[in-house]
Amino acid sequence: MTAATLLDEARRFDLDRLLDAPATRIVVCCGSGGVGKTTTAAAFALRAAERGREVVVLTIDPARRLAQSLGLTELDNTPREVDGIDRSGGGRLHAMMLDMKRTFDEIVLEHADPERARQILANPFYQSLSASFAGTQEYMAMEKLGQLRARGDWDLIVVDTPPSRSALDFLDAPDRLGSFLDGRLIKILSAPAKMGGMGAFKLITGGFGLVTGALNKILGSNLLGEVQSFVAALDTMFGGFRERAERTYQLLQTEGTAFVVVAAPEPDALREASYFTERLATDRMPLAGLVLNRVHVPKADITGERALSAAEQLTNGKAKRSARKAASAAESTDPSSVGAVSSVSAVTDTAVTQSEESQARELAAALLRLHAERAALARREGRLSGRFLANHPGIPVLELPAQAEDIHDLDGLRTIIEQSL
Amino acid sequence: MTNADRTRTRSDWSAVRLHVVTGKGGTGKTTVAGALALALAAGGARHGERRVLLVEVEGRQGVAQLFDTPPVPYEERRVAVTPDGGEVWALAIDAEQALLEYLDMFYKLGPAARALRRFGAIDFATTIAPGIRDVLLTGKTCEAVRRRATPEAGRKSDHDRVFHYDAVVMDAPPTGRITRFLAVNSEVSGLARVGPIRNQADAVMRVLTSAQTAVHFVTLLEEMPVQETLDGIAELRDAGLPAGGVIVNQARPVVLPEERLKKAAEPGGLDLAELEEGLRPVGLADPDVVAALAQLGSEHARRVLLESGQRDLLAESGAPMYELPLLADGIDRVGLDTLAAELRRRGAA
Repeated sequence: MTAATLLDEARRFDLDRLLDAPATRIVVCCGSGGVGKTTTAAAFALRAAERGREVVVLTIDPARRLAQSLGLTELDNTPREVDGIDRSGGGRLHAMMLDMKRTFDEIVLEHADPERARQILANPFYQSLSASFAGTQEYMAMEKLGQLRARGDWDLIVVDTPPSRSALDFLDAPDRLGSFLDGRLIKILSAPAKMGGMGAFKLITGGFGLVTGALNKILGSNLLGEVQSFVAALDTMFGGFRERAERTYQLLQTEGTAFVVVAAPEPDALREASYFTERLATDRMPLAGLVLNRVHVPKADITGERALSAAEQLTNGKAKRSARKAASAAESTDPSSVGAVSSVSAVTDTAVTQSEESQARELAAALLRLHAERAALARREGRLSGRFLANHPGIPVLELPAQAEDIHDLDGLRTIIEQSL
Repeated sequence: MTNADRTRTRSDWSAVRLHVVTGKGGTGKTTVAGALALALAAGGARHGERRVLLVEVEGRQGVAQLFDTPPVPYEERRVAVTPDGGEVWALAIDAEQALLEYLDMFYKLGPAARALRRFGAIDFATTIAPGIRDVLLTGKTCEAVRRRATPEAGRKSDHDRVFHYDAVVMDAPPTGRITRFLAVNSEVSGLARVGPIRNQADAVMRVLTSAQTAVHFVTLLEEMPVQETLDGIAELRDAGLPAGGVIVNQARPVVLPEERLKKAAEPGGLDLAELEEGLRPVGLADPDVVAALAQLGSEHARRVLLESGQRDLLAESGAPMYELPLLADGIDRVGLDTLAAELRRRGAA
């Protein structure tokens, strides 16, 4: 119903077809911060599980109550089975929260001997790198995705992406981290230790003293020393990071992966969605569709203008009956006035003395104004989404209607999908 | 005297010269930062007296989009003027360029800086080592806060000016990262125990922990942004950083009196017959319309009560609160001016 108001059938994103297809193995939900990626990922995963698939959803930073409803009480990197789902179709749902630092630690422990691993984990440079947000979270999300896929316990993995400002960070950050850890600077820094100033080192001798000298000057010599010892300890893992990142990246380009771009019908979110859509096309990554989240749909079939003028008419009639004061307070646009008990009770006191007829009109006028506002918002959203769709023809769209209350249980997750169909 | 305030004493933050604006993604942080910059630029004692810098640190050119100007380069540029001649300047700080500028200023590292860049060291320092990047971004911002006026280069009105900018507004990283971003001191303590980066971090911390800085949180009246705001304020206070105000963005108007709201929030609490009666005089007593409006009304009621609960939670933090209305027409310069006027009216600027 809702989708038909804005979109023709051809552009509707057939979610169930995507989730039901056995060929679909990974669904990545991406988009800029605050558009509802986590909720969308959880709702998709739940839907797929209740339609019979073995699903695991990897969430990054869920709202506390949503996490609780998925049974996620700890950030422990362990997929846990979600209770309370309908298993009649034979499906199951697991959920896990990404622990970025632990994931990084695990890679180190897996790839280095215990003594080396201990050195790396204790290194302040490593600690800063592994706990920071500058790309590490994105890298670790991809790493975790690769691990879940390799375990093969699930036939569908739904991934939420880190809450970065830019949707592109998810694709770019792993490469950035990979190229740093695997890069030229690291090779130079580790060169003296590795080769004692021989071989390839000769080629760069000219620049090298300059570089280390300058770095020492800026950073203070102890930092450079720590980077060097970090690098020396990481030595055994060289190449590994880059390769791993590339492997996961390739996984994202395969047939079984579907990207879903999540956006709210707002300029910033749609602009990010636009960048991301173009980027996916450039990298030949499969885009399944756009999810327009929190779409406002007018419920009554009256134009905003008609509603406003009707409200006006009702209020004017009443004004003659000298209830003007009460009405203007009740219709105050100052939202904080609802908390101000004294002013509100003053209004209701006056209201008691009003005739029932006048109260009924007041109610009708208030709701008509509310409707007019909703209609204006819907029109603006329609205009913004329409522009996006015109620029990106052929992308299927799923509209998820705005909810009156925040979603924090399985029923809420079911409802948003059901309302969109 | 500093340029902090003779005529602007009505503001709750008249002693503050660095306004850091944070918020969860999607709450309108950049918009509010822009409106706050406009609000701070207005209200000078004389025409054209006030000058405010709006700083962007995430490289998204959000400020340029907000003011509908070409992308802001790494240089300060005027993006808006208030009706009373107050100026808003903008700067998109780029960590790499800030580092090169910094090297140039302190070390005259011409060829060495080029070599650093060639070997990816600049990339390393600005992209990968997060603490260093943050020191550079906050360092450049603090430099703008401290910058003295230079009358010879400026206009007449600059003669009695102490600082180049009356105020600096930073469109900062999101709530989840703000304390880490600002607490550069502890961020680099493990990395750089001595040396210039360390000194720079200490200088930054002196500005950030002083009374001339306030960190404002932008939030919506929804559970998750409110929870993040409360967590953010607590974290900030633990780190000894000054929490400022809470700016509630996109607050919706309340159209029903409280007693009706409470009733309407309950299932079937809205009297359909009454609504139908009320709609009759305007010829809209159609069952579909009645049902649709009733549903809208009950959603509105539940939303308002939920928002009111979230507002109470925010109030417990003790931070001053300011509410900005949801603008149905979206954000353009007119919208920004509306929000700026609202911020001034409520004492936020």
